[in-house]
Amino acid sequence: MEVVQMQRRFAEYTASLFREGFLDAQFTQLQQLQDETNPDFVEEVVSLFFEDSEKLVNNLAKTLDQQNFDYKKVDALVHQLKGSSASIGAQRVKNVCVAFRQFCEDQNVEACLGCLQQVKQECFLVKNKLETLFRMEQQIVAAGGSIPVMEYN
Amino acid sequence: MAANGVENTKQMSALIVDDDTIIQKIHKVIMTKLGFKTQVVENGKKAVDLHTSGCSFDVILMDMEMPVMNGLEATKELRAIGVEAMIVGVTARSSETEKQAFMEAGLNECIAKPLNMEKAKSLVKKLNKEDN
Repeated sequence: MEVVQMQRRFAEYTASLFREGFLDAQFTQLQQLQDETNPDFVEEVVSLFFEDSEKLVNNLAKTLDQQNFDYKKVDALVHQLKGSSASIGAQRVKNVCVAFRQFCEDQNVEACLGCLQQVKQECFLVKNKLETLFRMEQQIVAAGGSIPVMEYN
Repeated sequence: MAANGVENTKQMSALIVDDDTIIQKIHKVIMTKLGFKTQVVENGKKAVDLHTSGCSFDVILMDMEMPVMNGLEATKELRAIGVEAMIVGVTARSSETEKQAFMEAGLNECIAKPLNMEKAKSLVKKLNKEDN
């Protein structure tokens, strides 16, 4: 595949991630911060998020599994996950966290358990999407091309 | 290299106080790009300790919620020991009462996290104005 074709595929894929709400403007901010002095910035930040979110989701699962869990503890964990996802622009994860926190406030255990499943799913999805994106980037760079950074609103 | 737009040979310095590694990384890159020398600590106590051991900074980006010592307490302490740097509160909590309390602890400004290039540039402008 030619570089131009790869770049077009990359641009289309990125656009679809924004269109489908997986990513928001914060992700664009991160892309714009990447340059030759820190060429792997986005991937590094996203990796931090994957590590963070895995720990938080595991912690949430453990906590919600207990007989009489503390809603405050659940809320604190979700708050952290909301912060991390917002920092990288993982919009759908962030949105589930917003709902999750409301259910903590309402002390609705069924809804909380539902949100846990949802947040696991969204983390999984965005992880796959971003890994695909990074793979496409690597292919472009390996073929001698540059990564187009565009504004998606 | 001085901060953007200032004819100055002295490089400005920024202290990033936050326990979130993602925020630490993002804020460090933004401030570095704007020409600041940066240091990162993960709680308010470490920020205070740095100052009592003689370090000083032009701007401090202070997260609100941290273990050991949170941003509000750290800001109060820093002002109490005479730190006059620009302290910018960076918070995920958006309740007005919490923001107000944080401001009253001695912040120059309070913004929502995460910091982006635009917000950072406007902070640097204010910082440069205060210097002149």
